[in-house]
Amino acid sequence: MTTEYFRWTEYAWKNPDKDWQKADTLVAGIDVGSVSSQAVVLADDEIYCYSNARTGSNSPDSAKNALGMALKDTDIKQENLQFVVGTGYGRVNIPMSNKAITEIACHARGANYMGGPTIRTILDMGGQDLKGIHCDERGKVTQFLMNDKCAAGTGRGMEVMAELLQVPIVDVGQMSLDVEEEPPPVSSTCVIFAKSEAIGLLRKGWTKNMVLAAYCSAMAHRVVGLLERIGIEKDFTITGGISKNIGVTSRILKELKVDSVPLKPDPQIAGALGASVFARDLLLKSRK
Amino acid sequence: MFNRLLRRLVILPGYIANYGYTDGSGDYYIIVDTDKCDGCGKCVEACPQDILEIITDDYDDLVVTVKEEHSKNLKYVCAPCKPVSGPVELKCQIACPSGAITHSW
Repeated sequence: MTTEYFRWTEYAWKNPDKDWQKADTLVAGIDVGSVSSQAVVLADDEIYCYSNARTGSNSPDSAKNALGMALKDTDIKQENLQFVVGTGYGRVNIPMSNKAITEIACHARGANYMGGPTIRTILDMGGQDLKGIHCDERGKVTQFLMNDKCAAGTGRGMEVMAELLQVPIVDVGQMSLDVEEEPPPVSSTCVIFAKSEAIGLLRKGWTKNMVLAAYCSAMAHRVVGLLERIGIEKDFTITGGISKNIGVTSRILKELKVDSVPLKPDPQIAGALGASVFARDLLLKSRK
Repeated sequence: MFNRLLRRLVILPGYIANYGYTDGSGDYYIIVDTDKCDGCGKCVEACPQDILEIITDDYDDLVVTVKEEHSKNLKYVCAPCKPVSGPVELKCQIACPSGAITHSW
């Protein structure tokens, strides 16, 4: 079998110090995105376990797969979950969810949970779109902007480029920073154009690192244009898969001249985490 | 209704929603200030292309949105209302009693 360079490893994590049976509330959030799906289980207000998996062609199966992965090393059964909120592209099509909430509200809530109440601007760099979100100190959205026209500047675009250059996707960021001189960016409006430009540059004798640098800076440039529309308020943070690509994030921060707040434990689960926080709120509200 | 009352007391502020995209030829956004929008639906009736709808948002408020399938082709679907030159108010803007709708072109 040929290597699939775009493929990243799926993973799950479990909190070893927490006993879910002692928890008063046990809820889950599931984020079925265009490229990846995440599930987060919240015991009281702490993360108990989470997973990050690839989305398949079928959103109910992807949701089941993500939740199954998160619960795999635990003894929680699906019936033990008291409330489930679904979010992301496939949110209307998640069989076990009790409610669907848009990913905009969920990302704001999740970033607020991980980054603290000082977070005001969130950039969500997803698999297929970009979102700029402003929120208040409780994680409530105050303004949002969605660029859902095209895959340029998104995770899927980066996967296309990794495949073209035969570079494992996790190494893209570091490699793009390993250049002597920053090359001019490639076209930033379209992945297909960018790809054909990149092929041209390779044939001209550019190194892989140079092409990656050109693509990363094109992506950063596109994102900065989008963010300037809604403006940047501190503190700033980045969620979604591309937030793990240092080549893109460092260029964005350089162009915006701001710092970003690192999100612990994982910036990619912000949507699912936000959904689980919503689930807990809804459960507590329904008990009253 | 209760939410609306609360909002007037600035306990529950709304948000500004930007629907649309930027492409090589410009910015195409319909912008809704949900603080001002009460979901009356007059803009939905006024829109000649039927691209708007009233939904209950994540914070249980009635607000207007651009239908999902149309937020990707505003350039074309809004073209009949797009002025050839100079600023002109759109039909949805004129219909809105509280001035909640604006646009980017």
